[in-house]
Amino acid sequence: MLSWLPENVSTYGGDIDSLFAIIYYIVGVWFLAAEGLLLYFIVRYRRREGRPAVYVRGASLRQLSWVLVPAAIVLALDLFIDYKGHPVWARVKQDFPPDALRIGGTAKQFNWAFTYPGRDGELGTGDDFTMDNELHVPVDQNVHIAVESQDVIHSFFIPVIRVKQDVLPGRTTNVWFNARKTGRYELPCAELCGFGHYTMRGFLVVHSPEEYRQWIESRTPAA
Amino acid sequence: MGTHAPAHGGSQHADHPEPTTFWSKYVFSVDHKVIGKQYLGIGVFWAVAGGLMAYVFRWQLAWPETPVPAFGWVPEPYMYEGVVPPEFYNSLVTMHGTIMVFFAAMPILLGAFGNFVLPLQVGAPDMAFPRLNMLSVWTLGVASLVLLSSFFVEGGAAAHGWTGYAPLSADPIYTGVGLGGTLWLLALALEFVSFLMGGVNFLVTTINMRAPGLSFWRLPLFVWMEVTASVLFLLSVGPLVAAAVMLMLDRTIGTAFFLPDRGGDALLWQHLFWFFGHPEVYVIMLPGIGIVLEIMPVFSRKPIFGYRAIIWATIVAGALSFIVWAHHMFVSGIDARLATPFSITTILISVPFAVMVFAMIASLWGASITLTTPMLFALGMLAAFIVGGVTGIPLGTAATDIYLHDTYFVLAHFHYTLFPAAILGGLAGLYYWFPKMFGKQLDEGLGKLHFWLTFVSYNCIFIPLFTVGIAGHHRRIYNPYEYEFLKPFQPTHQFVTWAAVVLVLTQLILLVNVVRTLVAGKKATDNPWNANTLEWATASPPPHGNFPNGVPQVYRNPYEYSVPGAAEDWTPQTAPRNAA
Repeated sequence: MLSWLPENVSTYGGDIDSLFAIIYYIVGVWFLAAEGLLLYFIVRYRRREGRPAVYVRGASLRQLSWVLVPAAIVLALDLFIDYKGHPVWARVKQDFPPDALRIGGTAKQFNWAFTYPGRDGELGTGDDFTMDNELHVPVDQNVHIAVESQDVIHSFFIPVIRVKQDVLPGRTTNVWFNARKTGRYELPCAELCGFGHYTMRGFLVVHSPEEYRQWIESRTPAA
Repeated sequence: MGTHAPAHGGSQHADHPEPTTFWSKYVFSVDHKVIGKQYLGIGVFWAVAGGLMAYVFRWQLAWPETPVPAFGWVPEPYMYEGVVPPEFYNSLVTMHGTIMVFFAAMPILLGAFGNFVLPLQVGAPDMAFPRLNMLSVWTLGVASLVLLSSFFVEGGAAAHGWTGYAPLSADPIYTGVGLGGTLWLLALALEFVSFLMGGVNFLVTTINMRAPGLSFWRLPLFVWMEVTASVLFLLSVGPLVAAAVMLMLDRTIGTAFFLPDRGGDALLWQHLFWFFGHPEVYVIMLPGIGIVLEIMPVFSRKPIFGYRAIIWATIVAGALSFIVWAHHMFVSGIDARLATPFSITTILISVPFAVMVFAMIASLWGASITLTTPMLFALGMLAAFIVGGVTGIPLGTAATDIYLHDTYFVLAHFHYTLFPAAILGGLAGLYYWFPKMFGKQLDEGLGKLHFWLTFVSYNCIFIPLFTVGIAGHHRRIYNPYEYEFLKPFQPTHQFVTWAAVVLVLTQLILLVNVVRTLVAGKKATDNPWNANTLEWATASPPPHGNFPNGVPQVYRNPYEYSVPGAAEDWTPQTAPRNAA
């Protein structure tokens, strides 16, 4: 099942994949045990002439321990999963790196638009420029996208980064990531946003640092 | 068959004279048995409609923009010579979800089986409020007409997802759907009213009208589940009713509860919806489990293991269900610090359900199992529900949900919980209680064929959807092959669609079985399954008033099978304790 995951190109994607693998193997054991026991009992305890069923109600604690002990183990594993999970969530969603490259983003029916700081490196100045549907970032660099919707809820999703964040109208939501491999990757919208939802397809383009500098330079509007 | 005590603690209202006219017998009936069948009719109609909608959108996913076989008759602008356009696709997925949750699962599990079986299992002559009961099914009838009409108005039926997220749903300009979206809200509101009325009946009847000797700890688990579901629904639906009213006002008279550009909030709908939405899935799940808990002991010839543990687990799960809702909203823009608390509460819910699943498996140890059709569907439900349960873990863990949210993984997960409850559980209940409801028993051969084809095709649909979900395939996408990363999955989608075709066509076997049985089947005995609970202590079908010899006296627990030293391997609840 895990092999269906697409390649991971982000710094934190591996944490998410590892957590998924931990969960997968833990629940996998329980799944096989439960289904296996179920199937085994169905076969083993088919009606046989002369062999009545065993009258056991599971009312005493001793009998119930067959259920309660496994349930207690489930509880322990559940809490273990949450214990492993919290740092991963915090890394992606809470602990934003302070010195990230900032890019602005908007979403609307039915395209993305990203605003870059231009040659001066500062967002919100006169040399900013905007591109539809293309998010350009340098490799191995923390980037921080502040996104807002102009109409309905959309969702910023880059499978190979493992990031997803709903984009709301009326407030800014924030995404950060660090891409470790150059390339061009799809950026779908992952929240139903109308009849054109399926067409709302952006791209993450990851450049080498030098390429990125040149790209910014070439796109910055003339003074 | 035990002594019969005079009616005890019962409501005078439950006694109504036997109807005589066609209209009062079959149409405007206050009898819970007729009302149950009316709910069954409504639920089955919508299950078929919802299933056919799934066929249409599944065809689009497999062979995009090609004509859907057998659907060329749908006029423009819904479909164009059999081809689904994006607007109608969004409508189909929206309405499929709405229909299956509110107009198929609930009517079948609560309306049909709850109404038919609960008064019988508690030994009552009818529900506490028979006229309220009739009003509840008629309200659902009106709700159904409203929902149906939404397809035929300009702009078509709702297309904003069954979850109805605002602002997409709050202004017709965003979807192009106008009146249809408002009718959607009205239909849902009426459905809520219907089930609130029904829930009142379930609770009052169970509390007040149990037969003498039938303490709460001797109630069949199905009754416990229906009662818990009714309480969950009662306590959770209020916020959604409020939200629906606000949404309707936004859509029609220009308020802005959910429209941020005029002061509204984009997240408020989600909180109100999911506060209800999570308990709601247990409103569906628990009765489905309840049906399985009735069937398993009968065809294992031994008691359910851990009767009280199951009841405590049910109450705990129900209570927890009110504090998990934001696991549907991890990436919605809520404060990130809320994610871990909700992950913890969510993962805790797996514990009571684990208790139930382990108890059900333990119930099979040392059993004497007969794999009748109801038992096959019940065990199939359990096997499928285990998949649903384990796949909930990565979704309820916030960090993995970042990736999995709004992918097909979620979809496959909930089709491994809701489908087992509503369809596998519903079919188990149908085969099990059919003789009691209709006086004739469905054919076992056709039943087994129906089971295997249904179960295998169902798994062929949803297992592959886990894999495409893990690959990142996002939801509600009209044409996945617009995306490079999804192009490799067209063969998967085609396989899934073929499985869906098989699943739909397989239901014709049930139709044939039902028609043949009703027309020419053998009459059923009072108790064809040699079962203990009170519905089997009267005729099939029961006469007016259910227990013509008076309210039964109950002496025993519901699952006393293979009691050591007993003459038979079943000991009905009405068997006196010191009987020779």
